[in-house]
Amino acid sequence: MTQETKSDRLAGYLEAYGHLHAERKNREPVWMQQLREDAWQRFSANGFPTTHDEDWRFTNLAPLAKTAFRRAKKSEAGFLAKEIEGFRMPGAACELVFVNGHFAPEISDIAALPNGQSAGIEWCALKRAVDGGLEASAPEGIEQHLGRYADVRRDVFAALNTALWEDGAYLRIRRGSALEHPIHLLYVTAGAGNAIMTHPRTLVVAEEHSQAAVVEDYVSIGEEPGFSNAVTELVAGEGTVVSHFLVERENLAAFNVSTLRIELARAANVASHSILTGGSLVRNNVHPVLAGPGAECLINGLFIGAGHQHMDNYMLVEHAQPNGASRQFYNGILSGHARGVFHGRIVVHKDAQKTDAKQTNRNLLLSDTARIDTKPQLEIHADDVKCTHGATIGQIEEEQLFYLRSRGFPEAEARNLLLYAFAAECLDRVKEPAARTFVEELIRQRLRELLLAKSEQAGPLPSEEEVQAWEEVG
Amino acid sequence: MALLEIQDLHASVDGHEILKGLNLTVNAGEVHSIMGPNGSGKSTLAQVLARREAYQVTGGSVLFDGKDLLEMSPEEAACEGVFMAFQYPVEIPGVSNAYFLRSAMNAVKKYRGQDELDAMDFLPLYKEKMRLLEMDEKFTNRSVNEGFSGGEKKRNEILQLAMLEPKLAILDETDSGLDIDALRIVAQGVNAMRSKDRGFLVITHYQRLLDYIKTDFVHVLVDGKIALSGGPELALELEEKGYAWTEAGEQVQPA
Repeated sequence: MTQETKSDRLAGYLEAYGHLHAERKNREPVWMQQLREDAWQRFSANGFPTTHDEDWRFTNLAPLAKTAFRRAKKSEAGFLAKEIEGFRMPGAACELVFVNGHFAPEISDIAALPNGQSAGIEWCALKRAVDGGLEASAPEGIEQHLGRYADVRRDVFAALNTALWEDGAYLRIRRGSALEHPIHLLYVTAGAGNAIMTHPRTLVVAEEHSQAAVVEDYVSIGEEPGFSNAVTELVAGEGTVVSHFLVERENLAAFNVSTLRIELARAANVASHSILTGGSLVRNNVHPVLAGPGAECLINGLFIGAGHQHMDNYMLVEHAQPNGASRQFYNGILSGHARGVFHGRIVVHKDAQKTDAKQTNRNLLLSDTARIDTKPQLEIHADDVKCTHGATIGQIEEEQLFYLRSRGFPEAEARNLLLYAFAAECLDRVKEPAARTFVEELIRQRLRELLLAKSEQAGPLPSEEEVQAWEEVG
Repeated sequence: MALLEIQDLHASVDGHEILKGLNLTVNAGEVHSIMGPNGSGKSTLAQVLARREAYQVTGGSVLFDGKDLLEMSPEEAACEGVFMAFQYPVEIPGVSNAYFLRSAMNAVKKYRGQDELDAMDFLPLYKEKMRLLEMDEKFTNRSVNEGFSGGEKKRNEILQLAMLEPKLAILDETDSGLDIDALRIVAQGVNAMRSKDRGFLVITHYQRLLDYIKTDFVHVLVDGKIALSGGPELALELEEKGYAWTEAGEQVQPA
C-alpha cells in the first residue's frame, strides 16, 4: 500500500479527529487531550493492520478500510424510543442507552439510579465524567484509570478509540457493595442512510470486594453498515466478583471491533462472556491481565455465524502474578460461508508461578463452506505452571443423531436439539439468572434463524417443546 | 401374526456381507436370545432392526407387526414400537435425561396421534421407573449418559425401555461389562417389562445374563445365519461346550 492511498483511507478519520479536537479542546482536561493526541499519532502512523500482521492473519480488514464512515451529529434520540423497546433487557437494574455514540438519557432507564448514585454504585456518562475534571467535580477514579490499561501501542483499534471516543459509560461499584441486578449498556447505531462510526468507551471500576454484572450490548436500527469500535477497561479490585457480557447483535452489514481489557487485582474473580450473533466483520478482543496473586478469570464465548459473516476472537490472557487461574471456553457454530477465528494466546510471566491456565475451543461446522481457524499460542516464562489447550472442529455427530432418532426424534428435531445443546455449554457457565435468561433468548432466536435459513436440509423450526430444553439442561 | 418375521435377511457393512440369510420369528410375549461368537453378526442384526443407515440390507425381508420394517427410518421404527438398548450408549452433553426422555415419549405419542405428556404427568412415572432400576434421582437433570459409569449407562437404557414401552425390545449385549449387581438390576428391569404383548430379542455373548432373564428360545448365530435353535437348555450346553461345538456343524432343527 502506498503512503498516498493509506492517507486517503485514513482521511475520514483525520477529519473526525480534527472536528473532535476543535470541539473538545476547551472542555477536556489536559491529561485526556494528551491521551487522545498520543493515540492519534499511533493510529495515523500505523493505519489498519493487514493479514501480514500475525495478530490479523485470518482477518482481512480491507472491506472496513475501504468504507467511508462518518461521525454522527449529536441527535435527538427520543424518536427511537419505540425501536429501542425490543432491545431492552428484562431484569436489568438500569439501562444506559447510547445512540450513535452519544448518551441518550431520554430513552435510558435510570429510574432506579436517578441521580447517578445509589447505595452501591456511581454511574455517569463518560464525557460528563471526564469534563467534570475541569471543574474539579470529576467522579473519583477517572483520571487514575481511564486509558491506563488499553494498549494503544500494540492495538491500533484501541488507539483509534482513544483518539475518537465521544461518550460511553463510567461505572464505579463501591467498596464492598454487591449489585443484585445487572447493568445494561445499550450501544445503538442508527444510520438513517449514513455509514456511521462510533467509538464507545466504557470504564468499569469495581472497588475492593464488590460484586457486579455489566452487559454491553451492540445493536443497529436499520440496515446501513456501521462501524462500532469499542474499548472497555474493567478494573477489578481485590476480592471482587465481576461478570462482563459482550453481546454483538448488530445488523449483517456492521463492522464491530471490541476490545475488553481487564485488570485483575489480588483474588479478583472476573468472568467475561462474549455472545456474538451479528455483524458482518467482527473482531472480539479479550485481554485480561491477572495482575494480582490468586486472581481467577473465566473467558467464555459463543459465536454463531451464517451467510458471509466473519467472526474473529482474539484472546490474550496474561498471568503476571502467582497462583492465578484462567479458563477459556469458546464454542463456535458456523453455517453457510461463515468464517470464524479463535486465537487463544496465553502469556505466563516469570513471576506467575503456580499458574493454572486452560483453553478449549470447540467448533461445529454446519456446511462444507463454513470455515474456522483456531490457533493456540502459549508463551510460558515461569517453570511451575499448568497450561492446557485443546480445540475441536466437527459436525453434528452421527452417533448422537442416530441415538436420538432411535428413540423417536425426527431427524431435523434431533439435529436442532444437538445444536442447542452445543450452544448451551456456554450458557451453563453463566451464573447471573437475568443475564443468562437474556443471552439464552438471543442465542435461541439466532439459532432459529440459522435453522430457518437451512430449512431445506434441516426441516422444521424447533418447536416450543425444544425451548424447554434450556430450562432442563444441566 | 408374528410380531417380528425375518426371512432370508442379508446385510452388509462397508461392502462386507455380515448377515447371510437369517430367518427368525418372534411372537408377542416371547423372549428370544441370540448367542454366538464374536463377529457372527449379532450386533449387525440389532442395528439393522433399529434401522441404522450404515448397515445395508441386500436381501430378504423383515415384517414388524405386519409392516415392512426395512422401509422405515430409525425414528419411524422407534415410533412403531422397536427399541434397541445400545451396547455402547451415547453421551449427549447439554441435554438432560428428563428432557430427552420426555421428548422421546412425546415424539412417539405424536406419531401415534396421542396426547403429549407434560412435566406433571411425566415426572412421577419417571421417578417410579428410576426406583425400579435403583437409579439416583440426581440423574434426572444430568446430561444423557455424560459421565455415567458403564453400569449406569446400561441401567439408563433399561430405564428408557421401561418408559417407552415398545412392542419389541432388543438388548444388544446389555450384559457386557456389567458386574453381578448391575446385571441383577438390569435383569430385574427387563423382567418387569415382560408381558404378553411384548417381544424380546436378547443378544448376548455369555450365558450369564440368562440366569437372570428367563428366555423361551435360544438361537445360535454363526457366520450370519442361525445355526442352532433350542430352548433355554441350549444356552447351558453352549456354556459347557463353547461355540466351537456349533461351528463343528452339528445341526439342530429350529424350534
